[in-house]
Parts: sequence; structure tokens; C-alpha cells
Amino acid sequence: MARVTVGKALQETSFYGAVAFFFVLAAFPFYWMVITSFKTNGDLYNVTNIPFWFTDPPTLEHFRYLFGKTLFTTWLLNSLIIGLCVTAITLVTALPAAYSLARMTGRNGEALGIGIFLTYLVPPTLLFLPLSRVITLLGLQNSMWSLVVVYPTFTIPFCTWLLMGFFKTLPVEIEEAAIVDGCSLFGAFIKMALPLSLPGILTTVIFTFTLTLQEFVYALTFVSASDQKPITLGVATDLIRGDVFYWGEIMAGALIASIPVAIAYNLFLDRFIAGITGGAVK
Amino acid sequence: MVAIAESVPKPDSHFRFILDRRDVLGSLFVAPAILYVLLLVGVPFLMAVYYSLSAYTIYDPSWSFVGLSNFVDILENPVFMQTLKNTFIFTFGSQALGLILGKFGALVLLRPFPGRKIVRALVILPWAVPIALATVAWQWMFDSLYSVINWTFIALGFVTREEAPNWLGSPNLALLSVTIVNAWRFFPFAIVIFLAGITAIPQDVLDAATVDGAGFWRRNYQIILPMLLPIMTIGLVFGVVFTFTDLSIVFLMTMGGPVGATSVLGFAGFQTGITSGDVSHGAAISLFMLPVLLIVVVTMLRFIRRREI
Repeated sequence: MARVTVGKALQETSFYGAVAFFFVLAAFPFYWMVITSFKTNGDLYNVTNIPFWFTDPPTLEHFRYLFGKTLFTTWLLNSLIIGLCVTAITLVTALPAAYSLARMTGRNGEALGIGIFLTYLVPPTLLFLPLSRVITLLGLQNSMWSLVVVYPTFTIPFCTWLLMGFFKTLPVEIEEAAIVDGCSLFGAFIKMALPLSLPGILTTVIFTFTLTLQEFVYALTFVSASDQKPITLGVATDLIRGDVFYWGEIMAGALIASIPVAIAYNLFLDRFIAGITGGAVK
Repeated sequence: MVAIAESVPKPDSHFRFILDRRDVLGSLFVAPAILYVLLLVGVPFLMAVYYSLSAYTIYDPSWSFVGLSNFVDILENPVFMQTLKNTFIFTFGSQALGLILGKFGALVLLRPFPGRKIVRALVILPWAVPIALATVAWQWMFDSLYSVINWTFIALGFVTREEAPNWLGSPNLALLSVTIVNAWRFFPFAIVIFLAGITAIPQDVLDAATVDGAGFWRRNYQIILPMLLPIMTIGLVFGVVFTFTDLSIVFLMTMGGPVGATSVLGFAGFQTGITSGDVSHGAAISLFMLPVLLIVVVTMLRFIRRREI
């Protein structure tokens, strides 16, 4: 009997040990961001201080510097504008495409859908050279509008795939009933399919937005003017003066930019997984 | 019913004809998406292929055709061989590490315990947060002087300050560091994929196996793992594609250094094609990704087809 309880206790300890391991592994870099962004520089650059907690009292100086003396608010605004425009373009193109591929084009639609999705896998590092020529031809070099043009190349395939799965779960009888009642096919799409797929559309909006926030390669390639950068690029590359890294400011900026994405992912995770695995799990 | 029918306005009869034709409307609906993708993915892709066969640089935009000589130049360059090797180590090292962490993480998160929701939410973070931002946090953790990792090692008495590892400064450690960061970024995705797969396995299958005498490991490796294989394939396809072609971690943490020790394909393509302006050689370097991408795409297509049968 005693051996059973000892074994059980050992099992419990190793289980919670494993939980603690994953907890620390995942969260420590973010804890480190928080700690760094609130520490005074004197505290930060003193190797004799214990780094895990504050030796000097916490300070807001990094946040004040970030908002007052850097282009941080401009980057925030740029990212917002880029995100909104790309979301609009994506919805206007991907919604009808997904509906058509799910409902109207039969077996060919399925193949075409897979074809569109595969373009999502074509990497930016293969396309950035020719695309930078296209951007120059459009006169958008060094401007954030180049990103508005380029980002839909991956958000459209991704969201078409996501929405296609969503439209397939809607019972087709609802639209048929609308057509019997005198709606055109187009009317049935606008008045029936769209309102009913509002949750799917919301998921699409959230993920388009987060995809634009996460993107780095195209932004790095096409935008080098500081005041045109989106937030991810600005924080990662523009808070360094010569060889000096402003670690407090960098971590503060990274923290602010990370929070909305982290929340969005956690709220919409299940739909995201169902979307990218294409209903492989049933 | 009558009220609903009346509330639907009748469109102009001329348009009504178009709006009711299933095939016409169907094509009209997909056209914008297909056009966008064709113009900004399809055409640039062909341009990239042509660039790699031309002598195009930003100083000589003549686009003259030179055949395969760019590829010959690249293959004769020992630095490129190093890059190719790094790319494979970086990709498959981080995927293997990520999958192992993911499998065990999923097992841990499967069992209910107090605070599981919070732990799950936090474990998603490395994958959700923009990689460029997480990378700078890691860069700061690997700092040559103020590294918190080294501080801990020193405090625990593993090393002295003089012999503390310079994570991003020595060739092998730098490659290990970028690989670890990428595995760290990928493992939550693996956890989520495993969790989705495991919860989809019908409980009665597992119960039946238990009744028939299958123990924990047997259930795990002869029932759960084979049933997880399809969704694992999808997860791995995404992981490999996005790692093999990535440049952000390397760009931000090491700039390919020290002395090319962490240079990967995406980064080398960027350095040559964008930074140095040698577009044709840059495009040729990037095209070396294509064979791997093709294998991945074929795997994916075969997988999708098998699911349909």
C-alpha cells in the first residue's frame, strides 16, 4: 500500500515538473520582455544584480522614451492602416471565391481550391526579388503601400481556404429556400450565406490582421524608410543606434505589439487549426 | 412565407439573367482571387526563374540570357555549400526538436489539472507572437555580456564568467542557438496539432485496446501515433516549408555570422539579391528551395487525395 502511494506521489511530481518545464519554456522570453522593459538602465546593465527581479524600483522611462522620442506611434498607425486595407482586399476577393469554390464549381472547385491554397506555400524568399521589381514599376518602393499590394498574395490563399471550409458546413437548403422564394443566386449569397457565415468572416478578419502583423520578410525587403515601417519591422530593426541596442525600449515595443496578437490567437485557435488542416480531423 | 417573398426586391431582369447562371456567377466570383494570385505570385515566380538564367543585376538591367552559369557559379562556391548544409540542419534539427517537445507537451496538456487553461494559453505564445519580436527577446537573452542564461549558469556554478559560452559569437553555438529559437517558435504549433489529433481519436477505440490488454506505451505507439500520422504530416509540411525558407531569425540574431556559420538559403538569397544587388545570383540561390518545396507539395497533394477516397 505504501509503495503505491510513493509511486503515485512520484508520478504526480514528475507530471507537475513537466508542466512547469513547458510553462517556463514558453513564457520565460515574454517574462524577460516585461522585466527588461520596466527596469532602469543602471539595473539592466549591471551583471552583479540578480536579473530575474528588480534591484532598483521599476520605471516607465523606456515606455516614455518609446512613445515620446521614437517613431513607435507612427509604426503602430502604419500597421493598423496596412492591416485594415489588406483585410478589406482579402474579404472582397476571398469571400466570393471561397463561396464559389465550395458551392458552384463542383469537383473542379475542389481542385482549384487546393491550387489556390498551395500558392500560400510559395515562400516570400523566392518571390521578393521579382516582386521588388513589380513594386518599383508601381512606384511604391520604400512605401508602406507596397505591403498593402503584396500581403494579399498570402492572405487571399489562406483565407479562401479557411472560408471554403466554413461555407461547406452551411446547409445548402437555406440558399435553395431563398431562391425558391424569389432570390437570385447572387441575392442568396448576399442575403443568406454571408450573414450566416459571420463567425467565419470574423475569424478571417482576425487572422488576416495577425498575418500582416507577423510578416517580416517583405517588410524588410520593400520598406527602408523609418516612418513607413510597420511595427514589427520598426521595433526589430530601428531601435538600434549604430552598435547600441536600446534593450529597454526594444522589449517595451515588442511587448506592446505582441499582446493583441497573443490574445487573438488564443481566442480563435480552434477555428484556425480546423482551417489549416482542411478538416483532416473529423 | 409570403412576407419574406415580398421583401426580396427583384433585380433588373437583364442582370437577373447573369446573376442566376450558376457557371457564370461561379467564375465571376473566383476571378478576382485567381487574378490577384496569378499576377502577384504566378508571374513573379516565372520572373524569378528567368532572373536566375540571366545576368541581371541592379547595375546592369539588360536581362541577357546566360543559361545555367549562375547555378554553376553558386555550386562552385564553398560558402554556398556551407549555407545549404546549415539550411538542412536548421530545418530538420528544429523540426525534430519541435515535434518531440510538441508530443510531450500535448501529453501533459491532455490531462486535466488546476490552471490548465492558463498554461495552454501561455504555451501558445511562442507561435502566436510575431517571430521578429520574439527573436529580439532571444537575442537579448543570448547577449554576450548580459545573457540571463549565462548569468544563471554562473550563479549555479556550472561555468565561470570568463569561460561562459558566447552563444551568438562562436560558429557551432550560433547555429545551435538559431535552431533552438526556431524549435521554440514551432513547438506550440506541434502541441496544438497533436492535441487536435488526439482528441479526434474515438474513445471506444482506446477502450477496446485497453480491454484487449494494450498498455500505455502500446496504446501510444500502435494506436495513437498511427492515427495521428495524417495530421502530423500536415503540421510537418507547414513547419518544413516555413523553416526552410525563413530568414528572419537568422537575419535578426546573427546576420548569417559568425563567418557564414548560420547563413541559410533565404538569408543568402537576400544578401546576394537585395543587399548586394546581384539579382540573378540571388534568384538562383532562392531557387534551390524549389526541390524541397516540390517534395512537400507532392506529399500534401497525395495526402489530400487519399483523404478523399
